[in-house]
This record gives sequence, C-alpha cells and structure tokens, in this order.
Amino acid sequence: MKIHIPNSVWLGNIDPFLKGFYPLKPNELKITFNKKWISIHPMVLSMIAALGLQIHASKIECEKLEAKSKHYLERMKLFHFLRVKSGISVKEHEAAGRFVPLTQIKDSKSLTKFVTEVTPLLHLEPKHAEPIRYIMSELIRNVLEHSLSKDGAIVCAQYYKKSNTIRIGIADTGIGIWKSISQSYKPKNDLEAIGMALTPGITGTTIKEGGTERNAGAGLFFIKSIASVNNDFFVIYSGKALYKLLKRTGKKIKLHVDPFDDRHSRRDDLPSWQGTVVGIDLSLDKTQEFALLLQLLNKTLREAIKERKKARYKKPQFI
Amino acid sequence: MIKIKLFKQVGPFAENKDVAKDIRLKKLIPALSKGQNVILDFENVEGATQSFIHALISDLIRKFGNEVLDKIKFKSCNDTVKAIISIVTDYMQESA
Repeated sequence: MKIHIPNSVWLGNIDPFLKGFYPLKPNELKITFNKKWISIHPMVLSMIAALGLQIHASKIECEKLEAKSKHYLERMKLFHFLRVKSGISVKEHEAAGRFVPLTQIKDSKSLTKFVTEVTPLLHLEPKHAEPIRYIMSELIRNVLEHSLSKDGAIVCAQYYKKSNTIRIGIADTGIGIWKSISQSYKPKNDLEAIGMALTPGITGTTIKEGGTERNAGAGLFFIKSIASVNNDFFVIYSGKALYKLLKRTGKKIKLHVDPFDDRHSRRDDLPSWQGTVVGIDLSLDKTQEFALLLQLLNKTLREAIKERKKARYKKPQFI
Repeated sequence: MIKIKLFKQVGPFAENKDVAKDIRLKKLIPALSKGQNVILDFENVEGATQSFIHALISDLIRKFGNEVLDKIKFKSCNDTVKAIISIVTDYMQESA
C-alpha cells in the first residue's frame, strides 16, 4: 500500500487525498510526505495509524520528514503507531486544550475510560463537551460492535484555534459497512450501504423496526444530524464509497431521514478501504444546545418510523 | 418498589451498553416480572447516549408492552437525559 500526505487535507478537500491512496500489496506500506508543510485532518492520521497497525514494522517504509510541521505528527503519536523512529525530538507539552493523540480502543472498558478522560483533555465547556463526548462514544462503540476489527478503533482529535473547531477522526480496518449491513439487507454497493447505515432505524443486526435489544440503528443518523444542525462537515468512507455531508446554504435547519436528501457529495470510485473511516468537524462558535438538537432529532425519527410503517401498509384491492 | 442509582454504575456519562444490559437483565426484568415498580435515578448523570438508553429500556417495552412505562419512573434527569429517554420511548412505541 502507498499513501502520500500532501500539504493540506481537511474534510472539504479530502477527495484527492483518498483518490491517491494505493491499497494494493496489503502486506507493505510506503508513506511519503509533502516536503514543506503538512496540515492534515485527524481522519487522515487515524487512517494511516490504522494501516500501520496491520503491517509488520519491517514492511513499513516511511520517508524522512522534512516539513516544518513534522513535530505535530510526532506529538500525535503517528510514528509510535507506525513503529518507526522519526528522529524528531519534541518537548512534550501538556495535551490539555489542544489535542487528543492517536489512541487505539479495543474494548468497552477502554472506551469508557477514554470518554471520561477526553473532555478534560480538550478543556471544553459543557455545551461543547456534550456533543463531542457523544460523537466519540457512539462512533467508537459502532466500531467495537460492528466492524469485527481485531485492532478496534483508532481515534484522534485536534482543536483548531483559528476556526474554533474540534476535528475528529476515527478509523477501523474491519469488515466495512457493506458487509455489516448485508447481514440483514441487500445493498447493491458500498454507497447504498453507507446510505442505509445513515438512515434511522436501519441496522445490520435485524430488519425489525425498533431494532434489537442492543441496536436501534440510529447511531450514525444522530451523528450526521449533530453535524447537520451545527452546519459542519461529516465524512464517511468505506469500501470504494465516500459520503460527505456539506454545509447548508440556507439558514433553515431540516433533518432528513434519507442522507441523500441532505446537501452532500458522494462518490463510489475511490480506492477500496477495507473497513470504515469517519471524519467530523464541530465548530464551537455554532454549537446548538444539545437538548434542543435532541428534540429535533426525536421529531425526525418518529416521522421516519411512521413513513416506513406506512410504506408497508397493505393497500386495498379495488377491482 | 426498587430504586436503582445509575451514577454508581455508569458514572457521569452513561454510554456503556454492557452495563445497561446488566442492569436490565439483573435488576429491571426481575423486578418488573414480579410486578414491582422501578425508579431509575439519574442523579449526577450528566449525559447519556441513545445506545445506552436503548440497551437499558427498549427490550422492556418490547417484553412488557407500552404499559411498562407506568411502572418505571425516571428520577433527577437533566434536559439532555430527558430528551434521550423520550427519543427511545417514543420510537419504541412508534415501532410497535
């Protein structure tokens, strides 16, 4: 596999970076970097770390870093995950207020510990801490329950002062969304599977309305909705498909049951990612009160269930 | 009547579905099966995920019907926790 880290990757312009990922020869990994400057979204870091974990250290070739921002990658623990000696020495600053370095979470207990520690680490007000804690917990739990990845979830986050935004990335190298959803439904391709995973009430664990005692099939819909209400980017990449929630153009907030009714971009021609990657931004300037957001979600969810039930009604036969 | 103080088991953020399942199987179902009322006390719980609340109560609605909500009282919930519980109880009843 080959992956090149360009000078700037954020969710808005992530497509060319993903397009450049070379997934063949899965037993080796070659990483190259932009020579001058590197500013990358945590989603990218999580992806590279997740790839690195799959490969024997001797088969990872990491180009010597020249970019000025190389210390950032060291602090985020990328080289630790790649088991590569970077030769970069950094004065370890206290992480509080700035970032959550790459972290591997493989079980429920570690997740609880991580979620407890993440809020003080980011030094957030309760209004901001609530959705971030929520997003991280639900996304990581999704990985633990559905991905069947032996490496669990790889997560990291970064606060960007200039945009007053928290950016989060979570990657796994598990079975991917298509295979997970296909346990109960028949999605034609990766993109359709992503669409189903984002639709409330659809879970790979059952076709029953209301889900099982363990899964309701609403987790990803909630997270997409948090991004939608706050007018932030949300990206999900699995197999060859990418779904990107774009920022709203108008002021009116409307949550859609069908993710393809939201303002979005999509593609199904990317190099195949074995597993799932999610990236999300949360602008702290615009964060809505979480309880109000949940009320809006409730209304949408109930309408969705009603619509689906109605679609299954038997029709009278007029002859 | 039994009272379950959730904070002791789940901490300030209720997200661990395994703990939710444990409470449901070991405390809620046995109590409700005996016809007892239940108080779920959320004092000091600052937040919860929909997954946690779903794992805690959805199966009760499925097993005992909507009437089970007459037997359960949710105590000391903040606005966020109230909203999440309402989401789960609403969609479970809509789905029935």
